[in-house]
Amino acid sequence: MLTRRYFLALGGASAASLTFPRMAFARARTDRRFVFIIQRGAADGLHIAAPTGDPAYAGIRGDFAQDFAAGTRLDSLFTLHPALAETAKLFEQRQALFAHAVASPYRDRSHFDGQNVLETGGSAAYQLRDGWMNRLVGLLPQSEGKALALSSTVPMALRGSNEVSSYAPTQLANPSDDLLTRVSGLYQADQQLHGMWDAALQTRQMAGDVAGQAGQNGAAVGALAAKMLSGVNGARIAMIETNGWDTHSGQRGRLAAQLKGLDQAVAAMKTGLGPDWDNTLVLVATEFGRTVRPNGTQGTDHGEASLAMLLGGAVAGGKVIADWPGLGPNALYEGRDLKPTTGLDSLVAAAVVQHFGLEPSLVMKTLFPESSGPALTQTLIV
Amino acid sequence: MPASAIALNRFGLGARPADPIPSDPKAWLLSQLSSFQPRPPVIAAVPSRADVIGQLADLREQQRMDRAERPKLQQASLVTGMPQPAAEMATSREPKQAVVVDPEKKALQKAIRADYVTMTGARLSSALTTDAPFVERLVHFWANHFAVSVDKQPVVGLAGLLEFEAIRPHVLGRFSDMLLAVEQHPAMLLYLDQAQSIGPNSLVGQRAASRGGKRGLNENLGREIMELHTLGVRTGYTQADVTEFARALTGWTVSGLARGPAARLLGDGEPGEFHFAEALHEPGTRIIMGKRYPQDGEAQGRAILMDLAANPATAKHIAFQLARHFAGDTPPQPLVDRLSQTYLSSGGDLPSLYRTLINSPEAWAAQPVKFKTPWEWSVSALRAVNVDQLDPQKAVGLLNQMGQPVWKPESPAGYDDIAASWAAPEALMQRVEAAKRISDRAGSSIDPRAIAEKILPGSLSDSTRTTIARAESPAEGLALLLVSPEFLRR
Repeated sequence: MLTRRYFLALGGASAASLTFPRMAFARARTDRRFVFIIQRGAADGLHIAAPTGDPAYAGIRGDFAQDFAAGTRLDSLFTLHPALAETAKLFEQRQALFAHAVASPYRDRSHFDGQNVLETGGSAAYQLRDGWMNRLVGLLPQSEGKALALSSTVPMALRGSNEVSSYAPTQLANPSDDLLTRVSGLYQADQQLHGMWDAALQTRQMAGDVAGQAGQNGAAVGALAAKMLSGVNGARIAMIETNGWDTHSGQRGRLAAQLKGLDQAVAAMKTGLGPDWDNTLVLVATEFGRTVRPNGTQGTDHGEASLAMLLGGAVAGGKVIADWPGLGPNALYEGRDLKPTTGLDSLVAAAVVQHFGLEPSLVMKTLFPESSGPALTQTLIV
Repeated sequence: MPASAIALNRFGLGARPADPIPSDPKAWLLSQLSSFQPRPPVIAAVPSRADVIGQLADLREQQRMDRAERPKLQQASLVTGMPQPAAEMATSREPKQAVVVDPEKKALQKAIRADYVTMTGARLSSALTTDAPFVERLVHFWANHFAVSVDKQPVVGLAGLLEFEAIRPHVLGRFSDMLLAVEQHPAMLLYLDQAQSIGPNSLVGQRAASRGGKRGLNENLGREIMELHTLGVRTGYTQADVTEFARALTGWTVSGLARGPAARLLGDGEPGEFHFAEALHEPGTRIIMGKRYPQDGEAQGRAILMDLAANPATAKHIAFQLARHFAGDTPPQPLVDRLSQTYLSSGGDLPSLYRTLINSPEAWAAQPVKFKTPWEWSVSALRAVNVDQLDPQKAVGLLNQMGQPVWKPESPAGYDDIAASWAAPEALMQRVEAAKRISDRAGSSIDPRAIAEKILPGSLSDSTRTTIARAESPAEGLALLLVSPEFLRR
């Protein structure tokens, strides 16, 4: 996800690497900053904040549980992944809040459809034609209606009638390792392409050794985001796209790297924003979660509920919000997934209402017009 | 691939998701023979021939003045009073300190380069928006058959015009008409050095000889017309035939190319128009492949061209190339024979050839028969994501990056039309990278699963369909679609 590739791309260089996170900004006249980090690919919430206190946890997760021996205890039920070291510090400073077993209204398991619901704020894929973040821009006081996407395209969540301009690094995105791996699968049965592709991949590996940069790209992205968000003229609304969460195999290693990158991005954003961090809310969310039981390739498959994070100086943190459904045999959704008990819509709406001081019913009606879930009453923002 | 997918992708330029899938693929292709627009607005808007030739003439005048300061080259230039590309090339190879940086010259070169960029953008735009993609593909086919290359400086601003002015108006006409239009187009006359060819016994040739000059006949165009444009290599013509043909073509040149005293020689017609300069023409009867050509002037070269167009070797050559473009790198012989027969029986009527092709089962083989060239892939990929125009500079960049810059083949044979030239590891990686950029641009608002079924109806393997559906984002799914085996071929 947050990798060196992006850093290189910004520097005008071109080299092989992992994936390419993208950012988009919207500007509104208020001191408050709102950043949405989307985890594309369905991040496994159970492997970010693990319910180590759930009696069924160790048995059903097997080896995966080992990663959390070194994690940070959040409360009696949850432990944070050790790769999120900076995030753990935020939690200690009450600047990080986790919401577990959350899900959008989407109940199937397609990435595209799931992301479309997550970004449009509808209850079904392709039901709404614009994004909830774009509609949020229209709600903000004295909004100038200006938005900026720091990417080659404006993500769905920021698309809509409120103007969004884009700012793309001159060096455009390179294919991620994930894409290259999938292309390999595509050519597996094709005699001509199979050999050609193997040769191409070998050349590529020889061309650029950018391994071992764990977290640095994340830091670069976070620093860049901070630069675009800070100061009087900084953007007020931003979106950062991260890829690489679709961990069907080798989840422990991949997720550790992903989380480290995310952790570095958040830390760099905090450092770069300086005093503005106190006015900042960072939402981290994904389209859906993953199966509770590991699959046959040390990974997990598409599931339902997952984890959302609220980070930043503005957050009333230091707690985990969860109407915990449990991992027992009868507790799972369709016998396989973490059951959604909190609506992501409600969480986002409540956070936005409290962060910007907006009218709750107006926010709900505008951002999530199809939502029917109960409003969240907890204090999320200082 | 069902017939609908073959019509869209093998015959056409790739489907646009919004287009209806043709229910009667053959009828759809045939209907394009009447709906094709030879001069859509985007092409009508490019700089005119007179504009480009004017810039070129100014540039040459600058270069001539430069040369006047160089005694070594001065003499050659004075002999004919004509600009000499050979000398230009020589100067450019001289050490850098010898080159005077002339802002006016630079500005002219920049302007001509801008013409090229505009025309490349127009070509792409037309390919992305046309409602007659089959005919548009044929335009690209013929433009490559009659290839010129912007590798040669005088061609930079003219290559696009050759396609727009000589190919497009004749793509649904007779081969012989297209042939004549091409060979008399300034781009071709300059690319293959015809504009500089001088009959040794012509007025200018004699005058040059008396002053000890060494300029004369240039066989380049004559040879390539026989070898590449008409008969095909090793089809029985001899070196003597080539030389005779070159003599017949002397005098074929372009108006408005020169400033100063040489201008009158090159005619006072509209700048850029074909001009027959009697003073350069080798007098006398020519004998080619045993036939006598006693005609005077321009008529002599024309008569030879018409005979070449009607030659059975030309029929075979054209038939083979057309068959190879639609029915595979090693086209089935019965198809080649059938096309050749149609060519001869119709007098080189191109729509008759296209109809034969459409009605030939060999062109409808269910398995993909061609690996797309970078141009074909780029056009089809952009069409697949509903892009109808690209910033012209970006279009140039994309095709450069993909390894097939527009109108810039390395030889007058044009770009290869076989997989072996394009299917290679690095090229494949370039397509993956380009697919990533194109799909990022398309963004997260599209559904690649739906697009896949529309642009490759009934053609996707289960494995490709599953890979696309399992991608972690719509953009990634789209990129995978664009580099899928089904999409790389047609």
